[in-house]
Amino acid sequence: MEAYIFDHVRTPRGKGRPDGALHEVTSVRLVAQLLEALRDRNALDTAYISDVIVGTSQPVGEQGGVLARSAVLEAGYAQSVAGQQVHRFCASGLDAVNLIAAQVHAGIMDAGIGGGVESMSRTPLGLDPGPWTGDPHIAYTNHYAPQGIGADLIATLDGFSRQDVDSFAVESQRRAAQSWQEGRFAGAIVPVKDILGDVLLDHDEHMRPGTTLENLAKLKPAFEGFGKVGFEQVVKEIYPQVEAIDYVHHGGNSSGIVDGSGLVLVGSKAFGERAGLRPRARIRSYASIGSEPTIMLTAPAAVTERALATAGMTVSDIDIFELNEAFASVVLRYMEVLSIPHDRVNVCGGAIAMGHPLGATGAMIMGTVLDELERRGEGTGLISLCAANGLGTATIIERM
Amino acid sequence: MRHMTLQAAGDGFATLLLDNADESNNLVTEEFIAELLEAAARIAADDSIKGVLLKSAKPSFMAGADLKLMVQGYETQTLESAYALSQRATAMHRAMETSGKCWVALINGLALGGGFELALACHYRILEDTPKAVVGLPEVNVGLLPGSGGTQRLIRIAGVQTGLDLLLSGRAVKAEEALQLGIIDAVAPLEQMDAMARGWLASSPDPVRPWDRKGWALPERRGLIIPEHAVRMTMATGSLYLKGTCNPAPIAILSCIYEGAILPFDKALSIESKYFAQLLTSPVSRNIIRTTFLSKGAAERGARRPQGVPKQDFRKVGVIGAGMMGAGIALVSAQAGCEVILIDRDQVTADKGKAHSQRFADKRIARGAMMPEAAQAMLDRIVPTDDFARLDGCDIIIEAVFEDINIKAETTCKVEAVIPSDTIYGTNTSTLPIGKLAEASARPDQFIGMHFFSPVELMGLVEIIKGERTSPETLAKALDFVALLRKTPIVVNDSRGFYTSRVFQTMIHEGARMLGEGVPAPVIENAARKVGLPIGPLALLDEVTLDLPLKIVDQAIAQDGSAYRLPAGVDVMRKMVAMGRSSRKAGGGFYEYPEGGRKHLWSGLTEHFPPSQDYDADEVGRRLLAIQALETARCLEEGVIETPEDGDLGAIYGWNYPSWTGGTLSYIDTVGIAQFVSDCDALAQKHGERFAPSKWLRDRADNGTNFY
Repeated sequence: MEAYIFDHVRTPRGKGRPDGALHEVTSVRLVAQLLEALRDRNALDTAYISDVIVGTSQPVGEQGGVLARSAVLEAGYAQSVAGQQVHRFCASGLDAVNLIAAQVHAGIMDAGIGGGVESMSRTPLGLDPGPWTGDPHIAYTNHYAPQGIGADLIATLDGFSRQDVDSFAVESQRRAAQSWQEGRFAGAIVPVKDILGDVLLDHDEHMRPGTTLENLAKLKPAFEGFGKVGFEQVVKEIYPQVEAIDYVHHGGNSSGIVDGSGLVLVGSKAFGERAGLRPRARIRSYASIGSEPTIMLTAPAAVTERALATAGMTVSDIDIFELNEAFASVVLRYMEVLSIPHDRVNVCGGAIAMGHPLGATGAMIMGTVLDELERRGEGTGLISLCAANGLGTATIIERM
Repeated sequence: MRHMTLQAAGDGFATLLLDNADESNNLVTEEFIAELLEAAARIAADDSIKGVLLKSAKPSFMAGADLKLMVQGYETQTLESAYALSQRATAMHRAMETSGKCWVALINGLALGGGFELALACHYRILEDTPKAVVGLPEVNVGLLPGSGGTQRLIRIAGVQTGLDLLLSGRAVKAEEALQLGIIDAVAPLEQMDAMARGWLASSPDPVRPWDRKGWALPERRGLIIPEHAVRMTMATGSLYLKGTCNPAPIAILSCIYEGAILPFDKALSIESKYFAQLLTSPVSRNIIRTTFLSKGAAERGARRPQGVPKQDFRKVGVIGAGMMGAGIALVSAQAGCEVILIDRDQVTADKGKAHSQRFADKRIARGAMMPEAAQAMLDRIVPTDDFARLDGCDIIIEAVFEDINIKAETTCKVEAVIPSDTIYGTNTSTLPIGKLAEASARPDQFIGMHFFSPVELMGLVEIIKGERTSPETLAKALDFVALLRKTPIVVNDSRGFYTSRVFQTMIHEGARMLGEGVPAPVIENAARKVGLPIGPLALLDEVTLDLPLKIVDQAIAQDGSAYRLPAGVDVMRKMVAMGRSSRKAGGGFYEYPEGGRKHLWSGLTEHFPPSQDYDADEVGRRLLAIQALETARCLEEGVIETPEDGDLGAIYGWNYPSWTGGTLSYIDTVGIAQFVSDCDALAQKHGERFAPSKWLRDRADNGTNFY
């Protein structure tokens, strides 16, 4: 069976802080509003939907307890629609879509909705530490170092200078601003409303259009402190060729902390016919992979190759690539390793400009790729994310 | 009971007096555990006993476990038996704690390790009010953890943060801080401790400890659900790497804290015993304890001192040469209570030598570590002069003039002309042959090498070098002097580089050699640190200067000509010197030393020694350890050193060979001598003949003859 994308939606991304526009909105309501939008704009009989899988990077507190099922009921979907939660750190949202696609591929499900949510303002980082960071035995034997150290390590090993990573960030801001100006996200954005029905936010709030190298040069490296308390030494145990880490990342060239959600409607051909919906893209392959956990963020190239191999494709068969901009060095390395020119990667800007709502991002950028393929009239796109602890996930889609 | 007595009293508060029958200190041994269990059972069963005063009849409460037992542990213990040992000691403490009677620990002097664990198992702790009284759990420093409840009681009494701090640092805590941390309940002068203990017991305290009450738990019982606790664990884990990863104890302790905090008390104690069993059966704790406690203690007590020579007193010491070494030797001699005649060629130079002691005293006074009166008395004992006649009446001469045979010979003649005929003459040298220097002496039997390490006041080792004609009496007296200075002696025979300098050279040459082979400089330095060396060989070379090892090479070439086998790093060293990069002192060597900035590897290295990607970082570390171990074995084979203990003490205290190994020969035992020989064969194939084991070593390996 083939699995098709019929529609996708996302919220705008609010600043993930108490003064962010979405701070008052619970994670479950972010998802519920998107479920409502998917139903309403497609005149969807929700009884056709078998399952809703929502990925979250911190499925604890108000993001825990299978939030997806609560969202299904909150949105007024049929009671028969199941719910499930997945967690693969930052790749969660993409994995949720892949899990729906896999079940459609396997022929055990007609249609489902996959995606993710993260309210980083309400469930701040650090609430779901897990053994990989918090259990001393595991953290020690796995040579855990904070993510930012991994990003700076990539820059150190590959020789990306502060100028290189800052330039990448400036370009991300430029592309994001241009994309908003040209309305490239218009089809996907569902403004978020408060409980009275008033719109709280209809655009990505984190962007800083017009950011220049000079602005960024003023920012201090963010992760040197971690290095000095011992994590630089952790790195040297695995990477003895490193004399000293070059600390180049800061808030301006790393992904922004934001709130948001994204969903993708996936189903079989038969579902489309029954629901009267036109498939917009085919999901060709997907893969996940583990890689060296201390540097943590280098899985995307490997998982891209795995997904390409599954699809019987090569890098040159892909028109546009979207790799989550966790940190500038992550994307710079990806382009270098796979020899992909910058004008085929993150063509609408990325998380450095617009923010990275952890578990939601995978679904959001899948939608961005699909819209962009349609806008450009191109065929294939590959979406990938690095995830904590050396994980990575990728998906290849092909426009109909 | 041999090691303790139980004394009843009219008020119902019995005294359990600890008094080890065989040793000068109370020690935790199997016998001690059995007796304390018996005492606890009697106390629990005797209705006339309402409470217990736990006291020591020794000068201090208790220093901990019997270290000899711990060293034998590695040979004889399995995981099961080590766990059982820990559980027996744990049961002893539980028996006290759950006896239904309150126990008070009256801590005179110090309570460390097992001694403090014993005190923690009491319901109340009183520490003697004296500056020298300390408590602490230093097990981490010997590759162990407190294995009879120490980790679990400490975090339950003082909290996880204090537990992390004290257990991972192993530091001893004085009364004021101990009170503040809550690990001690009261401080009192020795003579008032009894009354205070009885007063507390009379207040009807609850004999049930908080962790034995229903529903009680540490806040950290919820584990990683508490974000602040999770962050603390993450940061604590990362910070362990600052001290390297060769000692398995810190991570075991951290895991004990993390896992134990979640569990009810007896399960937590069992987890502690399991981690203890892992550590006790690893060679690291054996290595550290054997060399840094047992061998060191034996050496300081005169293990190498010839018997039958009366002990020598030293009232007056002559130090010749007021340079860095002489000034330091004068200082430590004066600290030991000797009158010191500090001689140099003119009064100004001699005064400069004494000024070193003045600066030392000023610093100590400023830190509150020395009373001004004591400092002045110490300084008054040092007489700087250029008058050799003042040496009359000296009990020992330590000559520390410039390292030049002729200058030293001239000094010897001048000194011997004025000193008493039975005075021994120690020459401080790191490289000049003692036999050669002794030729200038009219009394070569009283002539001996005494190699001090710099800075003398900090470095504990003295390498005593016997010349061919040095008499046993002279050796005995030299060792008596080292004992007076409270330093650790090793005794070696005369040969080029003696022992410590000779082996040390192999490591710095190997480091330089690898750079020439294309191993990237950061890999050399990081691999060295990963195996526990405090500083990489290239950084070390910058400190000692390339001139020093090259001077040794040039002297050897001058003496032996083509028979001399060039050490491994000569080419790289000469190339660096030719480029004007001989040391930090000379403005830069392998590293750059920017003003106000951190040192970093010289960027020119990659151009002059092109790095290759074909290296094995683990092998780099192994090479650095192995080349030194091999050279030490050769020294033993050749009789330069006479005992493995001397070899290992010299390695640890002379040039900072990693303590987890227990020293160079202990390292071979740890690897396994057969494995070591086969590793070296492989290294010889790949890197050269210098790694080839000798027939002597090969035979030892074939016969399975360990060094210990």
